Amino acid sequence: MPPPAASSRYPSPSQPSGKSEVTDLKSQLRQLAGSRAPGVDDSKRDLFKKVISYMTIGIDVSSVFGEMVMCSATSDIVLKKMCYLYVGNYAKGNPDLSLLTINFLQRDCKDEDPMIRGLALRSLCSLRVPNLVEYLLGPLGSGLKDNNSYVRTIAVTGVLKLYHISASTCIDAEFPATLKSLMLHDSDAQVVANCLAALQEIWSLEASHSEEACREKESLLSKPLIYYFLNRIKEFNEWAQCLILELAVKYVPSDSNDIFDIMNLLEDRLQHANGAVVLATVKVFLQLTLSMTDVHQQVYERIKSPLLTLVSSGSPEQSYAILSHLHLLVVRAPFIFASDYKHFYCQYNEPSYVKKLKLEMLTAIANESNTYEIVTELCEYAANVDIEIARESIRAVGKIALQQYDVNAIVDRLLQFLEMEKDYVTAETLVLVKDLLRKHPQWSHDCISVVGGISSKNIQEPKAKAALIWMLGEYAQDMSDAPYILENLIENWEEEHSAEVRLHLLTAAMKCFFKRAPETQKALGIALAAGIADFHQDVHDRALFYYRVLQYDVHVAERVVSPPQQAVSAFADTQSSEIKDRIFDEFNSLSVIYQKPSYIFTDKEHRGPFEFSDELGSTSITPEVSSDIVPAQQFEANDKDLLLSTDEKDDNKGLSSNNGSAYTAPYESSNISSQMQELAISGPAASATTTQSSFDFDDLLGLGLSTAPAPTPSPPLLKLNARAALDPRAFQQKWRQLPISLSQEYSVNPQGIAALTVPQSLIKHMQSHSIHCIASGGQSPNFKFFFFAQKEAEPLDYLTECIINSSSAKAQIKVKADEQSTSQAFATVFETALSKFGMP
Amino acid sequence: MMISQFFVLSQRGDNIVFRDYRAEVPKGSTETFFRKVKFWKEDGNAEAPPIFNVDGVNYFHVKVVGLYFVATTRVNVSPSLVLELLQRIARVIKDYLGVLNEDSFRKNFVLVYELLDEVIDFGYVQTTSTEVLKSYVFNEPILIAPARLQPIDPAAIFTQGAKRMPGTAVTKSVVANDPSGRRREEIFVDIIEKISVTFSSSGYILTSEIDGTIQMKSYLFGNPEIRLALNEDLNIGRGGASVYDYRSSSGSGVILDDCNFHESVRLDSFDSDRTLSLVPPDGEFPVMNYRMTQEFKPPFHVNTLIEEAGRLKAEVIIKIRAEFPSDVVANTITIQMPLPNYTSRASFELELGATGQKTDFKETSKMLEWSFKKIVGGAEHTLRAKLTFSQEFHGNITKEAGPVSMTFTIPMYNVSKLQVKYLQIAKNSTSQNPYRWVRYVTQANSYVARI
Repeated sequence: MPPPAASSRYPSPSQPSGKSEVTDLKSQLRQLAGSRAPGVDDSKRDLFKKVISYMTIGIDVSSVFGEMVMCSATSDIVLKKMCYLYVGNYAKGNPDLSLLTINFLQRDCKDEDPMIRGLALRSLCSLRVPNLVEYLLGPLGSGLKDNNSYVRTIAVTGVLKLYHISASTCIDAEFPATLKSLMLHDSDAQVVANCLAALQEIWSLEASHSEEACREKESLLSKPLIYYFLNRIKEFNEWAQCLILELAVKYVPSDSNDIFDIMNLLEDRLQHANGAVVLATVKVFLQLTLSMTDVHQQVYERIKSPLLTLVSSGSPEQSYAILSHLHLLVVRAPFIFASDYKHFYCQYNEPSYVKKLKLEMLTAIANESNTYEIVTELCEYAANVDIEIARESIRAVGKIALQQYDVNAIVDRLLQFLEMEKDYVTAETLVLVKDLLRKHPQWSHDCISVVGGISSKNIQEPKAKAALIWMLGEYAQDMSDAPYILENLIENWEEEHSAEVRLHLLTAAMKCFFKRAPETQKALGIALAAGIADFHQDVHDRALFYYRVLQYDVHVAERVVSPPQQAVSAFADTQSSEIKDRIFDEFNSLSVIYQKPSYIFTDKEHRGPFEFSDELGSTSITPEVSSDIVPAQQFEANDKDLLLSTDEKDDNKGLSSNNGSAYTAPYESSNISSQMQELAISGPAASATTTQSSFDFDDLLGLGLSTAPAPTPSPPLLKLNARAALDPRAFQQKWRQLPISLSQEYSVNPQGIAALTVPQSLIKHMQSHSIHCIASGGQSPNFKFFFFAQKEAEPLDYLTECIINSSSAKAQIKVKADEQSTSQAFATVFETALSKFGMP
Repeated sequence: MMISQFFVLSQRGDNIVFRDYRAEVPKGSTETFFRKVKFWKEDGNAEAPPIFNVDGVNYFHVKVVGLYFVATTRVNVSPSLVLELLQRIARVIKDYLGVLNEDSFRKNFVLVYELLDEVIDFGYVQTTSTEVLKSYVFNEPILIAPARLQPIDPAAIFTQGAKRMPGTAVTKSVVANDPSGRRREEIFVDIIEKISVTFSSSGYILTSEIDGTIQMKSYLFGNPEIRLALNEDLNIGRGGASVYDYRSSSGSGVILDDCNFHESVRLDSFDSDRTLSLVPPDGEFPVMNYRMTQEFKPPFHVNTLIEEAGRLKAEVIIKIRAEFPSDVVANTITIQMPLPNYTSRASFELELGATGQKTDFKETSKMLEWSFKKIVGGAEHTLRAKLTFSQEFHGNITKEAGPVSMTFTIPMYNVSKLQVKYLQIAKNSTSQNPYRWVRYVTQANSYVARI
């Protein structure tokens, strides 16, 4: 309990300046030390309190150490406790004193009062002095055997403390084995609970280098042990119940009877007033029933009500924790909560962090039956005093509009927002209208007539301005004064601080030019000149590019900049479903609050004692978004090369090293760079080009192979068909018919294992090597994939089963081939591809 | 599962209590926490969420009587567990100190450390039961004068309301003796209902919910078993119907949507005769929490009118009617309404002879405030406010103002009709009959009328 420096700021009128007071205390203590007068303990208490309060406010009182210890030779437990607090604070930094302290505490560990034995043992184990650990062994050993349960609970935790000071001493003394037997036989529930907690921690840490600890760790999940705990769960206090429930989550039930037995045992835990107990129980129910769709859905129905009660009965902080979990469930199974939407209406006095969650939940559960009510409610919030919430509400309306088929009424609401004439409402709405038009171009007529009436002078926020400009460019033919508004904006080029807005201005001027050339020509000229002179690299590059494309051929330019509009079918989710599944697996943990899997915000050793089977994930993992947009980037890069190589050979070299991003503009009208995350580019054209480009890569790879000194006799070069196709039924049939021609084991590099956190990424990776996935499954640490590939120019298939164990970093493959003679060559290609997985 | 540190900070960021259990979190965590909470957003409006992560350290906090109760950990723990724990620690300390505030903390920090050592060992929760802790904790609390204290829990409102309640009861320490030297044997059962109602602009009820708690605080000797009988027509769960289906709720008794119970409650005969039996542990605890969306009569009816009066003026008329019996009195009523942000002045006009009412226009937040010391059941009050604008308004003025929100407390009244029929104490006859207090109160949680 080292008093932190900040406490010295506490203005205490009586705060002593230092030494003289301490000397005073010292002599007073000394006087009392030997005294046996009645009432002397009371005087000692007062002095001790003074010492402790000095200590707390940061005054060094270590010089009275001897006197404190002498005065504590008493049966007064309050004095003892204060003395322990004191020695605990000073012994660590003071080796001379530590030994003295240890003697004193060791003596008290044999006191006849169990309370004193326990307290002394706790203080002894809390000293954290590594070179004195051997003094702990005796007192700990007898503490574990003490006939008083208070002493035993402390001794059990003491073992864990010892383990953290010196693991080897703890293991050598065979304390874990003693704890195990206590856990199984002690009559006191708290002793048992502490044993469980200590063993989980010790064995999880040991498991990394000891097979035995690994086995012991697994043995905690054996059926008899789980039932031993679950059958008597009510004997434990609520906190220990949480511990047991967390253990039960890891248990793999033997059959469905097993599952129902456990659920029946725990059913009444859902009525507990402690939210932690309820959530831990919910997690057990959810995990147990994962494979039973019907029951799983019943579980959702069952847990809904208790969770809602917890949300409304606790403090706002507790509600928030529960609500975050409900949020996760709502997003997973919106239909189950669709009729409960009123529970997620915001109350005016709720903190904004609660309101934000609720808005997201309302967005998620909006469906045909409740959209009208939800949107009406959200529109009320748009006038909220809390501007941030008002903005979020408008965004929520927009999101609902994007996910609905019948957006008629919502469009009207959105357009009404524009009539409110509040800056931030208008700004948010413009962004939404733009997104809506990208998905539902059929609404352009209604929207454009309203948007056209907005004065661009009133819009300051870059995102909103960019949205408006995009619409001006896109719908220039429908808005009579579009060229003139753009011209106005372009004339103020210098005052426009946001590069995003300037980029949009360039593109919009181009689009407008293709539709209404005479009116726009002048403005476009000014824009291009200003753009080329712009200090911002992206703006400069885009302007230059437009200029050159126009120079080359106006029709090509139009095809590139203003292709026929295509509706965006769906905006990509910001989170992949793998990430969501992972968060779901980490239910009842911080992952749910942060909406991130734990490997992103914790280091490995702190992921929790229950993270049994999970060795995945490391800091080198690429952020989730990047894996989703890889194909898009490749496509752009490709596209760019094609375009530039027509004319600008010289510049091309310099530019292509410029890493894609500057030249994103040519492809999708304008806003790829700004909207990369939202955008799903997955038309058939895109994927074809992707494979095309990776096919070239394959060639390079093949070359590299033949020149490299291969350990195996250099196999004949095998080319695979990048566009191979095989339907799953044909695959199954073939897999049954063909014999195994090859069976091998490879090790997977650590980067690969790390990248496997998102199993989907392996599939993408292999596909880029013309090896296609037909089916995949499994959970960490065991993943199973079925791949197939086809020889180029010949209809000869290679089928592969690949099992990757992420904890042993091994991949086992079985190959079946139409043409046995080339199966080794295929295996080599496969191995090479696999070895590149996870490499940047 | 385990936490690394626990500390309590004052509103100014001063350290009041600090305990490091596992020495895993670097120094300066209290400062890091306080800075983060104070400056969560640059604009300063958004509140910091109760859980956040800074450099791999997770910070949890709950605010109790203006103090921050904070825990830190590096482990991916159950968030509910830690927040629940913090709330419980606050409760245990309050049980001991009688009152919870900065002053009582500072006077009793040795006792608080003693408690903390028994509540958590090496980051693992051992117990939060005041009952269990009593046998391990030996310091006597130094009580501070209850007159200076701020109410911490809903039950504290009884000190303002009904006179027959012993006002100091809820601020009595579970271990300290009365100044008179003898302890009074008594038990308090409080039925506290927080209600949320949203009225549409046309005055009908959009949503309504009752969140109730039966709270108990026992000062009985020798832990006798008690039986608590509730309404016999109490039903739990609303069958297959949607919880918002009001039609099904007419005249079929009290229907709770759901409820949960304290650990100590036994429900053996609950199904047959709606009786809870329990051995109440020392200290304050919720026996039962319940939630209800059954239709009920809102205690106040609110009617708001805004009328434009010229280009730079408007008039707001707010009318409220107390819809409860005349022997019931609501107290500490406040009505708030945000006005258009171009409002520069507001002048108020109350009814003739109005007493105990206050009106205010908060210039910076553009908030109209109207408050009452008390309102007797059946009464009706009206406020007229003349607004002056600094600029001409366009569009719809009702979109710029409102909604009207209300806070109030109504002692000895509950809207759900849930009742404690009797409270039976199984007690040997030698001792005197303990005092039993069964008290009801209704409070506004979110009481909003749109305009």
